[in-house]
Amino acid sequence: MPSIEAINLTKQYGVFTALLGLNLKIEGAKCVGFLGPNGSGKTTTLKMFTDLIMPTKGQALINGINVHTEKKKALASVGTLIETPEIYSSLTPREALTMIAEIRGVPIEERKKQIEEVVAEVHMAEWIDKRVGKFSKGMKQRICIASALLGNPLIILLDEPTTGLDPRGMSEVRDIIKSLKGKNRLIFMSSHILSEVSDVCDEVAMIDHGKLIVYDTISAVTAKFSGGNNVVEVGLARPINNGTVTQNIGALASVVKTEKIDDKNLRIIFNGGLDVQERLLNDLVKLDVGVVSYKAASSELEEVYLRLIKATL
Amino acid sequence: MATNFESKNLVPISMTQTVIVTKYTLLDYLRSRRFFIMVIITGLISLLLTVLVGYYRPPSFLTNELSFYGSWWGNSVTFVVILSAIFFGGDAISGEFQNKTGYFGVPNPIRRSSIYIGKWIAAFIASLVMLGIFTVFTVGNGLYYFSGIPFEFVESLIFALIYMASVLGFTFFFSSLFKNSTMSILLTAILFLFVFSLIQTLVSVLVQIEPWFILTYGSTIISNVLTTPYPEHMITQNLGPQAGNITLTTFNATIPEGLAIMAIYFIVTTIIGLILFERKEFN
Repeated sequence: MPSIEAINLTKQYGVFTALLGLNLKIEGAKCVGFLGPNGSGKTTTLKMFTDLIMPTKGQALINGINVHTEKKKALASVGTLIETPEIYSSLTPREALTMIAEIRGVPIEERKKQIEEVVAEVHMAEWIDKRVGKFSKGMKQRICIASALLGNPLIILLDEPTTGLDPRGMSEVRDIIKSLKGKNRLIFMSSHILSEVSDVCDEVAMIDHGKLIVYDTISAVTAKFSGGNNVVEVGLARPINNGTVTQNIGALASVVKTEKIDDKNLRIIFNGGLDVQERLLNDLVKLDVGVVSYKAASSELEEVYLRLIKATL
Repeated sequence: MATNFESKNLVPISMTQTVIVTKYTLLDYLRSRRFFIMVIITGLISLLLTVLVGYYRPPSFLTNELSFYGSWWGNSVTFVVILSAIFFGGDAISGEFQNKTGYFGVPNPIRRSSIYIGKWIAAFIASLVMLGIFTVFTVGNGLYYFSGIPFEFVESLIFALIYMASVLGFTFFFSSLFKNSTMSILLTAILFLFVFSLIQTLVSVLVQIEPWFILTYGSTIISNVLTTPYPEHMITQNLGPQAGNITLTTFNATIPEGLAIMAIYFIVTTIIGLILFERKEFN
């Protein structure tokens, strides 16, 4: 089972403490969002898991192996994307990715196929033999994401992976991450975008001023810190009247409040976790109000974030 | 759609990874503008010498084989070596930080030492190409004016190669010291083209002690070996009563001494540079 673990992980720059005694263990195939304001220690943490910086105290373990004493072994099955890396400008994506594939020990007979697959996955196939020097920031970011996928790593560490991408690129990267979740991968990604985290991740770790504030499943965190309430947004095929919203839907078990966003969209605030969310969907279908979409709203996570993290640096 | 291949990776040994880094760094160098600029500079130096010697036929060049190689090769090869080392090694490590290329390579299952050594070998090979171009021109002209290649030239060529290794060791050390490429390139250039020569002159002429601790002093064996007889280790000269009986002492490194200076510089600077790169943080 893939795992990453921070044991009392601390990073100090003189008198400034970037990370203070982080203890966090993530195990299993899941996607964990790493949230926090600017300067909270997210990138510092990820850099210590990838040998880009050394901890002042504590250990960064990947699959139980210390990154700083046994780097090659620890990172053997880890794909990374930290900040926005640059690639040697004279190389083509094929050459740059071949270099990484060779370093990671991707078997020679699989190398070409893997490189072409990951490049196609980030929608850069037509650029595979063009020199990187001519690429935009977003294009380079896509190639770096492709590099993180090379060798089919069990653990993927991503530092704000959608930075620099256009909206379509952001959506494509989210789709890639979602598809990786179904392949028994542990994905640990930092992000500023709360909707991205609620859309993609199963769990969330929040950090502020170098300290871990909370780590749990998104539903547990939202339930715990928003008075046990969760929010779903419901899309309808046909307009709904106010009476149905307040009397029929509002009367369903566990529903705390209903809000009409417009004639065809509702916000339902309910008390409970995923089991209640599932039952509520069944109840709505039984009411025959024309449900065509049903998703957890990110605003709850946002509310929790703003409640837990009072001020940024 | 995610990739559907399964992992069968076996991370290669560090030596193999060093070769991988060398291969791709060299590929990057060979396609870079700086490589072509350096080829042009080396070619221009060689062509200029060819034209000037062919047109003016200076006696200092054409007295005999050794005087030719001494004047042609002995006076210019250290410049070609220093320039190549600055071009290919000046920002080899600092560039990993400033240009953020390190973020692409370092967070992989590879030791930093493999990256450092791989890049060093690539810079050495690229510099070797420049030395090769200059050697071809030197030998071509030498064979045009004289019949053979003196053994002393082969010795000088070997010393130049050792000097290249030590200059690159030093360049990489400086490159590891800074995160700013311009700073590392500029300081290395200033040190090798001006400061070392200045200290060497000041120490030997004014203080009158042997500048055994200066790399450029050790490199004088490259030109001295082309002089017959080999210059004396220490030459003392009295400037006479008109100059207040001032005594001037000139030092010439012996071959073992020159080799030792270059070897020590190479070993020490390479080790310190490597330690610095191992500890340097990407922040």
